Amino acid sequence: MANSTLTKQRSEALGSTVALKSAMAVTGVILVLFLIAHMYGNLNVFAGRQAFDNYSHHLRELGEPMLPHGGFLWIMRVVLLASVLIHTYAAVVLWRRADRARPVRYQVTKRVQRSYSSYTMRYGGIGIALFVVFHVLHLTTNTIHPGGPSDSPYERMVSGFQPEFWYVTLFYVAAVLAVGLHLRHGIWSALTTLGANRQSRQRSLNIIATVIAAGLTIGFLLTPLSVTFGLVG
Amino acid sequence: MKDLYIEGDEIRDEKAPAGPVAERWDKRRFSAKLVNPANRRKLSVIIVGTGLAGASAAATLGEAGYNVKSFCYQDSPRRAHSIAAQGGINAAKNYRNDGDSIYRLFYDTVKGGDFRSRESNVYRLSQVSVEIIDQCVAQGVPFAREYGGLLDNRSFGGVQVSRTFYARGQTGQQLLIGAYQALERQVQAGTVEMNTRHEMLELIVVDGRARGIVARDMVTGEIETHFADAVVLSSGGYGNVFYLSTNAMGCNVTATWRAHRKGAHFANPCYTQIHPTCIPVSGDYQSKLTLMSESLRNDGRIWVPKEAGDKRDPREIPEDERDYYLERIYPAFGNLVPRDIASRAAKNVCDEGRGVGPGGLGVYLDFADAIKRMGRPAVEAKYGNLFDMYQRITGENPYEVPMRIYPAVHYTMGGLWVDYDLQSSIPGLFVTGEANFSDHGANRLGASALMQGLADGYFVLPNTINDYLAAGPFEKVDESSPEVEEAAAAVRARIDKLLSINGDRTVDSFHKELGHIMWDYCGMERSEEGLRKAVERIRELREEFWQNVRVLGTNEELNQSLEKAGRVADFFELAELMCIDAMHRRESCGGHFRAESQTEDGEALRHDDEFAYVAAWEFGGTGEPPVLHKEPLEYEYVEMKQRSYK
Amino acid sequence: MNITLRVWRQKGPDDKGRMVTYKVEDVSEDMSFLEMLDVLNEKLILEGEEPVAFDHDCREGICGACGVVIDGEAHGPETTTTCQLHMRSFSDGDTITVEPWRAKAFPVIKDLVVDRGSFDRIIQAGGYVSAPTGTAPDAHAMPVPKADADRAFDAATCIGCGACVAACPNASGMLFTAAKVTHLGMLPQGQPEREARVVQMVNQHDAEDFGGCTNIGECAAVCPKGIPLDTISQLNRDLLGSLTSSRSE
Ligand SMILES: Cc1cc2nc3c(=O)[nH]c(=O)nc-3n(C[C@H](O)[C@H](O)[C@H](O)COP(=O)(O)OP(=O)(O)OC[C@H]3O[C@@H](n4cnc5c(N)ncnc54)[C@H](O)[C@@H]3O)c2cc1C
Ligand code: HEM
Ligand code: HEM
Ligand code: SF4
Ligand code: F3S
Ligand code: FES
Repeated sequence: MANSTLTKQRSEALGSTVALKSAMAVTGVILVLFLIAHMYGNLNVFAGRQAFDNYSHHLRELGEPMLPHGGFLWIMRVVLLASVLIHTYAAVVLWRRADRARPVRYQVTKRVQRSYSSYTMRYGGIGIALFVVFHVLHLTTNTIHPGGPSDSPYERMVSGFQPEFWYVTLFYVAAVLAVGLHLRHGIWSALTTLGANRQSRQRSLNIIATVIAAGLTIGFLLTPLSVTFGLVG
Repeated sequence: MKDLYIEGDEIRDEKAPAGPVAERWDKRRFSAKLVNPANRRKLSVIIVGTGLAGASAAATLGEAGYNVKSFCYQDSPRRAHSIAAQGGINAAKNYRNDGDSIYRLFYDTVKGGDFRSRESNVYRLSQVSVEIIDQCVAQGVPFAREYGGLLDNRSFGGVQVSRTFYARGQTGQQLLIGAYQALERQVQAGTVEMNTRHEMLELIVVDGRARGIVARDMVTGEIETHFADAVVLSSGGYGNVFYLSTNAMGCNVTATWRAHRKGAHFANPCYTQIHPTCIPVSGDYQSKLTLMSESLRNDGRIWVPKEAGDKRDPREIPEDERDYYLERIYPAFGNLVPRDIASRAAKNVCDEGRGVGPGGLGVYLDFADAIKRMGRPAVEAKYGNLFDMYQRITGENPYEVPMRIYPAVHYTMGGLWVDYDLQSSIPGLFVTGEANFSDHGANRLGASALMQGLADGYFVLPNTINDYLAAGPFEKVDESSPEVEEAAAAVRARIDKLLSINGDRTVDSFHKELGHIMWDYCGMERSEEGLRKAVERIRELREEFWQNVRVLGTNEELNQSLEKAGRVADFFELAELMCIDAMHRRESCGGHFRAESQTEDGEALRHDDEFAYVAAWEFGGTGEPPVLHKEPLEYEYVEMKQRSYK
Repeated sequence: MNITLRVWRQKGPDDKGRMVTYKVEDVSEDMSFLEMLDVLNEKLILEGEEPVAFDHDCREGICGACGVVIDGEAHGPETTTTCQLHMRSFSDGDTITVEPWRAKAFPVIKDLVVDRGSFDRIIQAGGYVSAPTGTAPDAHAMPVPKADADRAFDAATCIGCGACVAACPNASGMLFTAAKVTHLGMLPQGQPEREARVVQMVNQHDAEDFGGCTNIGECAAVCPKGIPLDTISQLNRDLLGSLTSSRSE
């Protein structure tokens, strides 16, 4: 084997489809970890206004005095933003490659085993991205405020999910379902990409992916739905 | 008889050294001239074929530093017909400590070939067999292993030692992929230039030496000429002359036949091996026959109804109305008699009208007793994948209904004549693998073809071709020399002719009819009268072919009918020579059974006093009778005996 | 039975191509799919129309030459090669759509025939063990645990047919590439070149314009040889291992 070029080959392989896929998996995992924490935070809503606002406040104090006020949050934001950017970049590159790789389509296609969730990764991902933009404008920056602006995150949330703003809730529900679908395939895929897949483990990996995805979906749905149906607030 | 051929001078293999058989190969390697590594770069070799024989040679010669140009008609070298071999590959490793040795493999092969092969060649084959396994393992061929991590062996083809190495039922595939990978490694290294979808259609001989080939690019139709210092043909066997056989659809005789027409002797064309356990024909649309591993005969029992025309469901035929004919006629070996005997016995019972299945061309291979004895799970573990394959093809469940089997053409022992160096009668033209005639005599043992292909390609040719190349590089071939222009023009003319006839029969219909003639008269049993009829009918049919075949399309595109037409045209010529060879050999030996030469019990009867020779046929000219050259065979180490399996 | 076929006809690499409908009558259940196409072709020739070109050779399911997409599935409704698919898998009166493998890395040559040379080039890039002829130690010098040998074997049975690419929504050749990486990587003989092999083969895979794998799994579901999906995971692991390895040349 032409070993003299191995270093060059290695650096070329850093841009390979497999490497892109790995970047996507790593960033995807970061995003999933964030979501787990985020869901945990959201569930504080059931502990009342004080607890929720404290939690939000606490986030900003994390790491003090080593970090300035809000420092942890900003680090997290940078990491999240970077992850989303890398994730999206890789997704777009792979998507375009896939399109180029099959210039002429089949007249008839039939799926043999691919699941609905693996089939919708790309459009689902775009949907999630649009949602996140809206969501941040809504609940973080207080720019969009269906239920009126407020300094209390709890307030913003509860007012936004009131029954008269059913369409906001519906939008959140749709988004969360999209996230669940994305993660059902995404978690399995990330584990496979990172090399954890073995014939004997395939079942357990699929179960893990389903459980996490379902857990996150339900966990996230609880907050807006409870508000809308008057269980909270 | 003598009207059909002319008898020429005797010939000899000049290259095999004399002396003790065990030392001949060493002696030859020592006496062969060497080529200095710096000169190898200036020497080029064309290799037609990428099966075990061709791919292994290309990889090895490329590694050695020669400039190699390889050709195959498939889209990838990995698809050569060797890929289909199932059973295994022999080697005298004696890993079982069961008394095997190089000498024993040599002995079994000479005897198995019914004393029609050369002792010196066979001994070398046995010697080299040992290195083949080492080589393949080093390449990463995943042979079957035991729990201790060492290689597993099984016994195959009725021999008493376990010397067959295997990789599930896909040994040929794994060996070929090993050779293919080695070949691709050389492509990457720049020593081998691979030309896929290229069919060799003519040999170029300049000043009496093989110097190149004319090939058609099967995608663009371009007729190309390629030149080299030596040409190697590793183009496989010609079993497809029978139309239905276990060979791949594209297997052909074109490469070797074209060389034959240019002066290479064709040896023993009539020696064909017919395999007893194939899935029978189910209708006249059938395009090929599928081999089922011989190992099925270890546990299955073969029978037909006692009454001719008994059409009952086999399960309803009571035990005493069945004829387990192999067990009856050959009580000592029973269902395990050698291939040719089992095949002929099946034909005989079918000729008596006792055959089963569509057209009455089949016999039962019944596992009911085995299932009773070993239990279904054990049968499943041992033969499951074969049973599945059978079921997929026939739609019948062999666990419940007995399988049906019938003999089919499988392997051709004949091929271009070569000397000990694997050089044909044209200087500079070498022939390896199934394409040559060299090592199996009148009958090949199971698991020995893979061994020969790899022996030739990895070890023999690379050590003998240097003796020829040492005199090179030869003068550059002038592309406009008359020999080259003539060869290319002949190819173009043939193609134009085929495309212009526009008659009203398809190529396949001619091929099928030719196959029927060959199977009926030059198949399992041959007679002077039948062969004579066959020659006549082949000539008529060939005449009609050239008047009435329809090949559509043009040359300048992928044109599969055109490819087939060229191959069938050559099969016609070969078929005639096969019949003449079969007719002239008025004895029975190995795969060649002459009705006129049998013992009182109907067994094959050799005539060593008259026929202990290789029949090497020289092309006599278009429409002229071929010329027979005899190469006498002498046996110093193995005593000639008549086979007996009673 | 009688069958209606919709077949992709394309005169050459530059032709646009189109679907053409044919009727095939008196099809027997025992015919293989390719024998059914033979019957069609015999009929077409006699009618003066050029026969449909398709690749095939062994017709036993082992050479990997055959392969078309039948009703949207690579190699058709059974998990086997096209040549081993039999007409008993269809019913009288069926309309069957037949298309070539579709991928940029497999350009159509004519009708149903595509060029799969890209697979050979992936192997050239590193799908081998460098074992020059005649240098091998005794075959028993290095025992191989049976489990490793079996796993290597499972991966080694790939026939290079390309169905995995045809079925993959991304037209990725990763299952094929992974099968070879796994075959050689499981054996002691394959270790010295293991790190370089995976890098080189993946680079070549990408250079051939195959799509990237996103673990959809369609490939393994249609693979006639049952190459397991986890070979792709093995390839990823090997590649990441090689990229983070400190071993230099
Ligand atoms: C079903 C089956 C099972 C078998 N099982 C066993 C077994 O278990 N053990 C055993 O020892 N043997 C077995 N054999 C026999 C053995 O497989 C063959 O004899 C052997 O593989 C032949 O190898 P080869 O390299 O000589 O030729 P092949 O593998 O036939 O290769 C021929 C090559 O030549 C090329 N070619 C041919 N004509 C042309 C042309 N005109 N122009 C360009 N290229 C051309 C082809 O493309 C191909 O690459 C079996 C055979 C069959 C049919
Ligand atoms: C449906 C239930 C959800 C609720 C009730 C919810 C609620 C909130 C609230 C209240 C905040 C503001 C926190 C603060 O500023 O202190 C927030 C921030 C955020 N949420 Fe959600 N969220 C939900 C779902 C999601 C989902 C599905 C995603 C991602 C896909 C997401 C991503 C984010 C992000 C990125 C931020 C900004 C974090 C920051 O930069 O401060 N959320 N969410
Ligand atoms: C910006 C919007 C996003 C887009 C366009 C996008 C797109 C994709 C695509 C195309 C894939 C690969 C699909 C496949 O494997 O078949 C993927 C995988 C994944 N995505 Fe997203 N995604 C987005 C946002 C997210 C978010 C917000 C999360 C986390 C909450 C996430 C988590 C994952 C994970 C874990 C994977 C699996 C990685 C892998 O396949 O190895 N994605 N995404
Ligand atoms: S992995 Fe399977 S589908 Fe792909 S080429 Fe190999 S055998 Fe064919
Ligand atoms: S279908 Fe395609 S996406 Fe990967 S798992 Fe198979 S190559
Ligand atoms: S023709 Fe060989 S696999 Fe189908």
